[in-house]
Amino acid sequence: MSGSDTQRGNKKPDICLEIRDVVKQFPGVTAVDHVTLEIQEGEIFSFLGPSGCGKSTLLRVVAGLENQDQGDVLIAGQNVNELPPYKRDCNTVFQNHALFPHMTVAENIGFGLVERRLSKIEIKKKVAEKIELVTLGGMEDRRPDQLSGGQRQRVALARALILEPAVLLLDEPLAALDRKLRKEMQIELKRIQREVGTTFLNVTHDQKEALSVSDRIGIMNEGAFLQIGTPDEIYEKPGSIFVASFMGATNIFSGKVVSQKDGKVELETDQGLRVFAPEPENNTSDPVVGFSVHPELIHLKPETSDESPSDPANQTIFHGKINEVFYQGDFSEFTVALKETDMLITVHLTRGRGYRLQMPEGQNVEVSWDCSSNNVLRG
Amino acid sequence: MRAMDEISVSQSQAQKREKRKLALNIAAYLFPIIIIVVVFVFAPLAIILFFSFLKSGPYGQIVYTFTFENIGAILGGGYGKVFLQSIYLALQTNLLCILFGYPIAYYITRFGGKWKTLWIFLIIVPSWSSYLIRLYALKTLVGTKGTINTLLMNLGIISEPIQILYTNFAVTMALVFAWLPFMILPIYAALDGLDRSVLEAATDLGATPFRRFFRVTLPLTRGGLLAGSILVFIPTVGEWLVPSIFGGSKIMMAGSLVAHKFTAVGNIPQGSSLAIMLAATLVLILYLTIKWGGREALEKAL
Repeated sequence: MSGSDTQRGNKKPDICLEIRDVVKQFPGVTAVDHVTLEIQEGEIFSFLGPSGCGKSTLLRVVAGLENQDQGDVLIAGQNVNELPPYKRDCNTVFQNHALFPHMTVAENIGFGLVERRLSKIEIKKKVAEKIELVTLGGMEDRRPDQLSGGQRQRVALARALILEPAVLLLDEPLAALDRKLRKEMQIELKRIQREVGTTFLNVTHDQKEALSVSDRIGIMNEGAFLQIGTPDEIYEKPGSIFVASFMGATNIFSGKVVSQKDGKVELETDQGLRVFAPEPENNTSDPVVGFSVHPELIHLKPETSDESPSDPANQTIFHGKINEVFYQGDFSEFTVALKETDMLITVHLTRGRGYRLQMPEGQNVEVSWDCSSNNVLRG
Repeated sequence: MRAMDEISVSQSQAQKREKRKLALNIAAYLFPIIIIVVVFVFAPLAIILFFSFLKSGPYGQIVYTFTFENIGAILGGGYGKVFLQSIYLALQTNLLCILFGYPIAYYITRFGGKWKTLWIFLIIVPSWSSYLIRLYALKTLVGTKGTINTLLMNLGIISEPIQILYTNFAVTMALVFAWLPFMILPIYAALDGLDRSVLEAATDLGATPFRRFFRVTLPLTRGGLLAGSILVFIPTVGEWLVPSIFGGSKIMMAGSLVAHKFTAVGNIPQGSSLAIMLAATLVLILYLTIKWGGREALEKAL
């Protein structure tokens, strides 16, 4: 440990894990396609993507459980390409927990310390510390099959953290838990990370989980990162059609730029609708392919005869008819068919925002939203 | 609360009644099979047990007089040595089967890939042919004028044949040869059922492949080892064909002693006693194995 500590001190203290141009191929598929990534010390970074996007493979390459075909992996500044998993300064929390069924909770947690040849007294002390960290007091002598899903999760976490790795790798750690427990464990995960300060690299396909636990998220598809950013950047300003739809923006329209002035762009959708959107901050070379708007940012009201004068440069207004209403509990989802075209717009009204409005299916309505809600997508 | 408890109590009683009814129903359907099992499995055992307390007449006939003589003769006589030798040979066979079988099973699970099933099939197939024929085939290999001796003499490596037959070595070798598949199969099943991610977790937590084997793989396949040991050890103790073919008159095992009493000596009561003693010893060994080895592990493996 001391060796890597000094290396961490000498070389780029802020970068904990570096992935340089890594490629991993399986027969017929490129699971990881020229990925380059830097992860800072002490952050929770999530690989988020649909199943089969290569996120687990990339994690396994970092752990050393798969060998990359090309590229370098550096943990705490040390190139680990040639190191077997048991010599790397990282530990993994596996998806199905992978606890040792023939060992007690305490033996599971102390497994790595036995391999480090620590004395029994030291092992006992450290195991006790970790049991306290994951709040499993009194469970020391139980076997994994006597534990609940959440408790097993905690054992897996303690077992991986006890070796004080530079990076903790979490391979869909919460996927096996039910919804309520998952929520609890998300909070626990964050608390534990803040307490120990270890860099967490979390793999997940659950958008909500990624948004709530991560400091930064990398959206992955087909072996490559499409967008990397903080949770609010990823959710509020998705950069591409894939990211927007994956993060749940159901209103995505393809179109092109027709004019550009005063920090605003005017877009025309394929169906001929025109909207204004703020000019995106980072002007990449990729062309604009459309825009998205989140359903919870759209206002909905019954159509009235007296048309108020509107300013299309600030406010986007369309007219339509309610197609369907889905009651969801905390909000209601309306689909509105626009009059001008055959397009559908999804609107979410929460209980605090016009949710009790009597708007039956077939009612003529006006949908409106602020132009700043229009998010430009590039492709 | 009380009302709730009463409801649940009466419910559980109703469930119990239902269960009993179902058990009776099933028993009724199984009745013919139960009869067959009783007649052909338990009745012969009972007869042997009955014979073991009788006397043998001067002409080999059974004299219907109750006696403990046979058991006394076995406990007091020189049979203990044969029993011990049987157990020793069986133990040795068992250990050798583990020593050869484990690496084979391990290799197949690890590197067999899509040929895994074929390999296992090839291991099982010989045990489908006649046990006797396989033993004689082996005998032609190791006999004084057998393939191995002929080959070695023709190559000029040895000048006169090595005596392999009728030694302890020959008996052990034949036993291992005959019973190895029954050790490989349960170990293979246990290894194949191992969760790969558990092995990965061990590696991830710093265990070298060698350490991982002894800390994770071996303990988790204990059930397979135990099952294989029971499958090999028990029939081996009562073996009589192998010692009679490969041991000649020099090596006697408990099974051959029973056969000898029944056929050559013609003392059926004493043979019966020996058979009962042998069975009792094996039941005791089986019980201890399960008790020490862990019932759970075994049930999982079987």
